[in-house]
Amino acid sequence: MAQHEIEVILLRQLASYLAMPIFIVDPRGTLVFYNEPAEIILGKRFEETGEMSPKEWSTAFQPTDEEGRPLEPEAMPLMIAFNDRRPTHGSLWIQGFDGVRRHIEATAFPLVGQSDRFLGAAVLFWLKAAP
Amino acid sequence: MNVRFWGTRGSLASPGAETARYGGNTACVEVRGRDGTLLVLDAGTGIRRLGATLPKTLVRVDILLTHLHMDHIQGLGFFAPLHDSEMEIHVWGPASTTLTLAERLNRYLSPPLFPVRLRDLACRLRLHEVPCSEVAIGEFRVASMLVCHPGPTVGYRIASRDGVVAYLPDHEPALGALKFPIAAEWTSGYELAAGADLLIHDAQYSAEEYRDHVGWGHSAFEDVVRFAELAGARHLVPFHHDPAHTDADLDRMLSSRGGATSSLEITPATEGASFELES
Repeated sequence: MAQHEIEVILLRQLASYLAMPIFIVDPRGTLVFYNEPAEIILGKRFEETGEMSPKEWSTAFQPTDEEGRPLEPEAMPLMIAFNDRRPTHGSLWIQGFDGVRRHIEATAFPLVGQSDRFLGAAVLFWLKAAP
Repeated sequence: MNVRFWGTRGSLASPGAETARYGGNTACVEVRGRDGTLLVLDAGTGIRRLGATLPKTLVRVDILLTHLHMDHIQGLGFFAPLHDSEMEIHVWGPASTTLTLAERLNRYLSPPLFPVRLRDLACRLRLHEVPCSEVAIGEFRVASMLVCHPGPTVGYRIASRDGVVAYLPDHEPALGALKFPIAAEWTSGYELAAGADLLIHDAQYSAEEYRDHVGWGHSAFEDVVRFAELAGARHLVPFHHDPAHTDADLDRMLSSRGGATSSLEITPATEGASFELES
């Protein structure tokens, strides 16, 4: 059984204590964890979804932009952080596993560990307040 | 493979009649291969006595530092082979995100903390930054991974045909876990310790003491036993004894088996003790 890198282990432990929704992917882009606050927005417990490939998680939530146009996976903040290895921020709509569409803001950043090891990416997101 | 303990204490050397049996010197473990390969795990104060016992025929020593806290490097400048121009010394240790290993070691090995600078040592010194991919040192294959402890800190896994030694002297795998143990893939140090014949592991606190020291980077003995069982280690050697613990305290604390539910063998580290691993 492969063990995750220590930085990812510590981030997951931190995420499990925070009230901010967090979603973490590993160096292959595989979703490895989202915390309880994220479960409320995504509409399903992580224990039920388990790990998801990049193709799965980038399309599962049917993301759209502010005007309702489908968002290409590559345009999602987490995918930008993962692919381009730079932080990014954006607003989008997603549909949770519970069928509810939600307007969210997301701040994503790459995870770079000791010795510049690329460890994946993480995104913090929260429900956008109504205008 | 022979494993000998020259320093078992954590945090601060604590010599005295009340610590004589477990030992007062800080972390230093000798690992000797059948072919004579010598690995020195950490350079706490115990390394001085080790240096004084080495044969004149020895030409190379590899010092594997887990991290650069003082109790793991304080003896370095007093290791006699460093001052021998015939010796080849390889020091392995972690860099930080902003400083190289050499820069970090220089902070200690330079005035005013130490009179001799790293560059002025007589030996042929080679520095290697870890973690890195598995390396071969003599008959040993050495792997390193970052582990849960404040600041850049690695653990080592040393394998030969005689068996596997895992060395995690400063490690808090239970940090942040609501209930420990957790899944192996989310447990710091698991890969290093998996199936080890000898697991040398931080056991600085009792469970009661740990409650007041969460996040300090050390473990409760009971958590270490759970970690060892999760990893499937065969023989656990609790290590890095708290400087405030007397021999009597350690006897009381470490004689309980820590709630072990398996046949895990447990032998607390004592200065001067040695373990033989044979294929």
